[in-house]
Amino acid sequence: MRYTKAIVSILLTVLLVYALNRPWGTIPAFAPLLSPFVGFWQNAETDTAGDEEFTLGGTTEPVTVIFDDLAIPHVFAQNDHDAYFAQGYLTARDRLWQMEFQTHAAAGRVSEIVGDRALELDRYNRRLGMGFGAEKSVKAMMTDARSRESVEAYTAGVNAYIKQLKPSDYPLEYKLLGYAPEPWEPLKCAYFLKYMSGVLALGADDLNMSNVLAKIGPKATKELFPDYPFHEDPIIPVGTKWDFKPVAIPKVPTESRPVIDPITMNWPEHDPAIGSNNWAVSAQKSASGYPILANDPHLTLSLPSIWYQMQIVTPTMNVYGATMPGAPGVIIGFNKRVAWGVTNVGADVLDFYRIRFKDNTHREYWHDNQWKPVTRRIETIKVKGLPNVVDTVLYTHHGPVMYMAGQQPFAKNVPIGYAARWIGHEESNDFLTYYLLDRANNHADYRKALSYYGAPAQNFVFADTQKDIAISPNGKFPLKWKDQGKFLLDGTNPADDWHGWIPAEQNPHVKNPPRGFVSSANQSSTDPTYPYYINWQFAPAERGTRINERLTTMRNATPDSLRMLQNDNLNVRARWSLPVFLPTVQTQKLTGEQKKAFDILKTWRYNNDIAEIGPTIYTEWMRQYMNGVWQDDFPNTDSTTLRFPSFDRTLELAEKDPAAQWFDNVKTPPRENLSDILTQTLQSAVDSLIRLHGPVGNAWQWGPHKATKIAHLARLDALSAVNVQIGGGNGIVNATTERTGPSWRMVVALGSQPKAYGVYPGGQSGNPGSRNYLNMLETWRTGKLNELLFLQSPQDKNARIRQKVIIK
Amino acid sequence: MYQIVLIAFLSLCAQFFLPWWTLAIVAFAICYWRSPGAGWAFWYGFAGVAIVWLMYVLLIQLRTDGVFVGRMSELLFKANTPFLPALATSIVSGLVGGLAGLSGFYVRQATTTQIINRIS
Repeated sequence: MRYTKAIVSILLTVLLVYALNRPWGTIPAFAPLLSPFVGFWQNAETDTAGDEEFTLGGTTEPVTVIFDDLAIPHVFAQNDHDAYFAQGYLTARDRLWQMEFQTHAAAGRVSEIVGDRALELDRYNRRLGMGFGAEKSVKAMMTDARSRESVEAYTAGVNAYIKQLKPSDYPLEYKLLGYAPEPWEPLKCAYFLKYMSGVLALGADDLNMSNVLAKIGPKATKELFPDYPFHEDPIIPVGTKWDFKPVAIPKVPTESRPVIDPITMNWPEHDPAIGSNNWAVSAQKSASGYPILANDPHLTLSLPSIWYQMQIVTPTMNVYGATMPGAPGVIIGFNKRVAWGVTNVGADVLDFYRIRFKDNTHREYWHDNQWKPVTRRIETIKVKGLPNVVDTVLYTHHGPVMYMAGQQPFAKNVPIGYAARWIGHEESNDFLTYYLLDRANNHADYRKALSYYGAPAQNFVFADTQKDIAISPNGKFPLKWKDQGKFLLDGTNPADDWHGWIPAEQNPHVKNPPRGFVSSANQSSTDPTYPYYINWQFAPAERGTRINERLTTMRNATPDSLRMLQNDNLNVRARWSLPVFLPTVQTQKLTGEQKKAFDILKTWRYNNDIAEIGPTIYTEWMRQYMNGVWQDDFPNTDSTTLRFPSFDRTLELAEKDPAAQWFDNVKTPPRENLSDILTQTLQSAVDSLIRLHGPVGNAWQWGPHKATKIAHLARLDALSAVNVQIGGGNGIVNATTERTGPSWRMVVALGSQPKAYGVYPGGQSGNPGSRNYLNMLETWRTGKLNELLFLQSPQDKNARIRQKVIIK
Repeated sequence: MYQIVLIAFLSLCAQFFLPWWTLAIVAFAICYWRSPGAGWAFWYGFAGVAIVWLMYVLLIQLRTDGVFVGRMSELLFKANTPFLPALATSIVSGLVGGLAGLSGFYVRQATTTQIINRIS
């Protein structure tokens, strides 16, 4: 009996300790997490102490770091190496988990952390050739001494931070997910670039467009999917002369297009809300007589914040701006003489080639009338708690064959048996562009910096104290025949290969246009007079149109005028379409609530403000209207996936041809026209909103209905900002949708000293236990900006300075 | 009652350098060495260990603004109650300490004679 009691109690104790010391499924190991000695309690940050000095041993001279009241570091180093070392160290201190997680994701290593539920995601990233591309990029960045030094010093800085960590110091997410940080390496910087290319340059409609072509034929396809939109105001102003002699443009092959294999896939949820705005107004338009520049990149909003603010001062530069955790240098920012910003181009830089293998061994494929060898890349995916998964990826000269017949694709826009040719596979030294921009003095330096840039292609806006303003849709653009890559391509025919590159100096660009401003909002790069093909579709024209109309009338601009434009909530799509749509609605068919909603739309001033009900009704109506018009003509079936024509094209049709056959629902006996579809979908849109929110009332307001969420990267709601009340929306200059929006807003007024302002929805710290995790959110939400402290020396006096740290 | 103080002090020292579960060894050892009964042993272990965790947690919680602890409460217990994490933390550690203390007492009983037990 005595023994039994002893044994049972010991057994119970050991079992309890064991159970509390290990994770169960997604539940983390409880005791180490709860322990105040090592667990999450250790991540609760108290207010920063006074000035500090510590020795890391990685710098050649001491580095002084001044922290301001928003915990933004201002780094003063005596040489570039020390500056990048400090940047790596400080970024890791605030954002280590985020840096590592994003590069793990790009490298297809999420399964290592969370187990086999991420296996398909990892397989997808690896089959896309993320590793293949990152390895090439790291080679390119290591060949140039400038980028090599910055990447190596940055890496050393990150590692200096990791090395001093005890498990109790690990960022919270490591404790929740139960793993430890590993050393940083230059390859991870390259993976970060691939991650951004993955976010911004992976759009592909090739398969769905081929299916559309097969279904409705070339004539109707051309008619419904035109190469230039109905409403457009391109980035390079119409009428700009091309100051170059174009190289020979490849001829459109005359051979018939390949037959498409039937493929079972659904139309992917492309996010049209990932875009950005930037513009610069000329000296004549500004009150100060110097240009003013603004930029707000729109991304899927996430926490820890996507950007990390920093000022870096060395004998070769004094630059301030938004950096990206994982990349040395400043990406969007300004120095004493210049300011620059970026928006995404959305070039057609991902194409799919149908591969004909010789036989089932897949050792050779047919190209240019001969059999060519297939190379194999072995991908070993570590899976937490399970044996490794080994995946062999076949590579042709086009790129990796992402999926063979019979394999289930993860992303639905990838054709089975097709090789992916992607800009992310190219060697390019994109860091060098930012390295040079950080130090640029004038327009010539800017042009030079841009010539090194590869991907993801960006519209680089520029302004300087010599009163030049400029913009250039820039990146490595493949030289193609017109529409090459609008549809799937033939992997056997060399005429379908990419034909080199558009010469970098011939990328679209404009300097000091007569209209007195430059701008971009992801719309068409140029009008159709540009000799080369960049893409056949771009983001819709609404944001660009609104920005340009306001900038056209702007006089005596100040930073505040630009800030107000960043927060413009006018819904141009509604302004264009409601005057066409509302008069055709058959109001006699509407019920009481439907009529109420209709009347709200009639008096709505097209503003997507928080308290408006109009945008809620309009957005839901238009969603159902687009489905109502096109669902019957382009149904996704088990064997084909199709896509709808754009809203722009549909509006053009409604204005010019309201009786078009496309408005008829072929699934119903009567012949519908535009008016019928608009009435039916307005009725059903109002009915679904009633089901969601009850009768028309305050619950229908745009802010609560949209309920913007800034999600934590690990998708943990408790660490996210939910139900953020803010206006704007898709296609609005203030492009804040449910999940996406301005990830950084910046306004820079140049002058004898630059005056700059900026904010992002989050904070400098990636630690949910820090006061600086979300401290900028309210400023961002209310459309305000913080002044950016541009210090000249570590001795500068300013009331906002909080702490001085010396790193030795 | 001095056992509680001893367990608290020794487990505190241990956890600064060693894994969290060393608190079980401390509670076991102290209760093996001296504890008047099963109930007492459990109580010594529970209280000695939990006091340290609770005090440390309160120290941290009071120095911060509570937003983070609320988030963790939401994350772990699906309810934003600022004192839930502190309570759970104390109970979890207390249970381990208590069971370890109980084991110490029973092992002592099993390995020594009743007479020695009575004398001590």
